[in-house]
Amino acid sequence: MTALENTSPAARGRRRWRRLNASMLVGGALVALVVLAALVSFVWTPHDAVHVDAAHRLAPALSDGYLLGTDKFGRDVASQLLVGARTTLFVGIVAVGVAALVGTPLGVLAGMAGGWLSEIVMRANDLLFAFPALLLAIMLGAVFGASTLTAMIAIGVATIPAFARVARGQTLGVMHTEYVLAARAAGRSRLAIALRHVLPNIASILIVQASVSFAIAILAEAALSFLGFGTPPPTPSWGRMLQESQELLFSTPRLAFLPGLAIALAVLGFNLFGDGLRDWLDPKLREHR
Amino acid sequence: MTHVPDTAVATGPVLTVDDLGVQVGPVNLVQGVGFTIGSGERLGLIGESGSGKSLTALALMGLLPEGLRASGSIRLRGVPDDLLGTGERRLAKVRGRTVSMVFQEPMTALNPVMRVGDQVAEVMLLHGTRNSRAEAAAAAVDLLDRVRLPDPRAMARAFPHQLSGGQRQRVMLAIALANDPALLICDEPTTALDVTVQAQMLDLIGELAAERNTALLFITHDLAVVATVCQRVLVMYGGRVVETGDVYDVFTTPRHRYTEGLIAASDLSVVDGRGRLRTIPGAVPNGGEFPDGCVFRTRCPAATTRCERTPEWSGPPGHGFACWHPVGEDR
Repeated sequence: MTALENTSPAARGRRRWRRLNASMLVGGALVALVVLAALVSFVWTPHDAVHVDAAHRLAPALSDGYLLGTDKFGRDVASQLLVGARTTLFVGIVAVGVAALVGTPLGVLAGMAGGWLSEIVMRANDLLFAFPALLLAIMLGAVFGASTLTAMIAIGVATIPAFARVARGQTLGVMHTEYVLAARAAGRSRLAIALRHVLPNIASILIVQASVSFAIAILAEAALSFLGFGTPPPTPSWGRMLQESQELLFSTPRLAFLPGLAIALAVLGFNLFGDGLRDWLDPKLREHR
Repeated sequence: MTHVPDTAVATGPVLTVDDLGVQVGPVNLVQGVGFTIGSGERLGLIGESGSGKSLTALALMGLLPEGLRASGSIRLRGVPDDLLGTGERRLAKVRGRTVSMVFQEPMTALNPVMRVGDQVAEVMLLHGTRNSRAEAAAAAVDLLDRVRLPDPRAMARAFPHQLSGGQRQRVMLAIALANDPALLICDEPTTALDVTVQAQMLDLIGELAAERNTALLFITHDLAVVATVCQRVLVMYGGRVVETGDVYDVFTTPRHRYTEGLIAASDLSVVDGRGRLRTIPGAVPNGGEFPDGCVFRTRCPAATTRCERTPEWSGPPGHGFACWHPVGEDR
C-alpha cells in the first residue's frame, strides 16, 4: 500500500502545490496581471480613459502626471491599457465560450456516433474551417454593424472547428478504451458515458485548446480592431490603440510598443497557463513529479 | 418490466445460448455455439487465442465491436426477450444488473480520471439498487472490503493509477458484483496478473460467486484455472464448440483431438525426444480462414478425408464432442 500512504488531504494539498510548474506560474502571473488590470479599471484609472486632453497631446511618459504619456488625441495611455484589458478578456471569454460550447458537443457527438452523422458534422466543420475567419468577421460586421460583440461571435464561430476536431479525435481514442467497454458492460447509457467518461478524459486537451484559442481570439480582436471592424471608438482596445499609432510608429514608437507588448504578454500568458494547467490536471502525472 | 430474477420462483438455466454465431460480412467468426449455465453453476470456456472465446462473451453482453453481427438466440433468466435483437437502451438495463463482466486487462478497464469508489458506487446508482449517493458510497467501501482490498476507505478515494494490477482487478470484480448479478462473465481475469496474485483472485471469484449463487462463465486459455474454478467446461476452436462436459471427464478422458492436444500441451512433465514441451502443430488460422468441415483438420494428427465434412455432435448437448475420429476409437 505504499502508493496510498500519502492520501490525507493535507499531503495531497502539499503535493499539488509542489507540482505547480514553471510555465503555469509564469503564465498564471501574466494572466493574473491582465485580469487584475481589467478589474482595477472598473474602480480606478489614473485618468478618464476616454477623456481628450487637447493641451497635452503626445505627452511623453512621466510628464504632467501621465505615467505612460498620452496618445495623439491627448488620452492617457496607461488608463487606456487598463480599460483595454477588459475588452481583451471579454472577447476571449465570449469567443472561446461560443467555440467550446458548440464545438465540443459536436465533436463528442461525431466521435461517439460514427457513421453518416459523424460525416455530416465533420464535413460541415471542414466547410467552416475553410472559410477565412477574418472574412467572416468582416461579413458579420457589415451585416450587424461593427461592434465588440459581433467581432467576438465571429471569432467564436470561426474557432468552432478547432474544438470539434480536437474533441472528435480525443473521443474516438476514449471510445476504444477498455474502460468505456467496461462502462457499457456495467450498463451505462451513451449519455452517461459521454458525460462521465469521455468529457473528463478529454478535458485536459480541451483546456489546452481553450488557452490557445483564447490567445488567438485576443490576436484576432486586435487585428479586427486594427482594421476597423472590431471594437468601435471610443471604447479602448489594444488593437485599436495599435491602429491609431500606426502613422506615429517612427516618431512616437511608445504608442505602438505599449499595446503591442500588452497583447504579446497576454497571448504568451494564456499559452503558458494552458500548458501548465494541462499537466496539473492530469491525474496520471500527479505522483510522478 | 422487471429484470430481477426471482431465484425462489424462477427455475431452469440462468443463461441459454442457442446456435450463436458471429459474422463479419460473409465470414463466420463464431458458429453454432450452444450451451446453458444453471444457477450458481461455473462453466469454463477454453481454447487458444483466436478460437472465438472473447467474441462469444462480447456477443452475450451485446458489446460486439462495430461491423460484427450476432445471430442465434441468447436468453437470460428474468429477461423476457431474447438478448439478440433487444435494443441498446433495454440491454443497458440488463448489463451490470443481471449480467456483468470482468475484463482481461485491469490496467485500462477503469476510468483514469474517476476515483475508484465513485466508479463502484456509480454502477449501483445507475441501476437504482441503492437509493442515495451516500448509501452507494458506503456500499462501495463495503464491496472494496469484500474483495479484500486493504484499507477500503483510502482505496475508495484513490485514482486507478495508484493501484496495482491485482488491486484494480479486485475493483473490477467489486463493480461486477455490485448489483448481485445472476451471471458473471470473466474474460481471462487473471491472465494479466502475477502468478502469485492469480490464485488469490481465483479463490476470491469462486468464493464471492458461491456465496451469492452467481452463475459463472469463465473464459481462459489456462486449463489449470478451469480445473480449479469450474465444474463444466466448453472447448472452443475455430469459432465452434468442439467438446463439452464435466471438467473431470473432459480433462481425464478427452474425446476430441483438439482437447487432447490442449491437455497434452499443458502437461509440463511430458517432453518429446529432444526435451521440448509438447505443442499442437501449426498455428490458429486467422478468422475466416478455417477449413470447411472439421475446423481442426488442418492441424489434427488423425484427420482423414472424412473430416472434410462437418462432424456431427456425439452425445447429449451438455456432454459430448464433434469429431469423426475421437480419441479411443479406431479409424
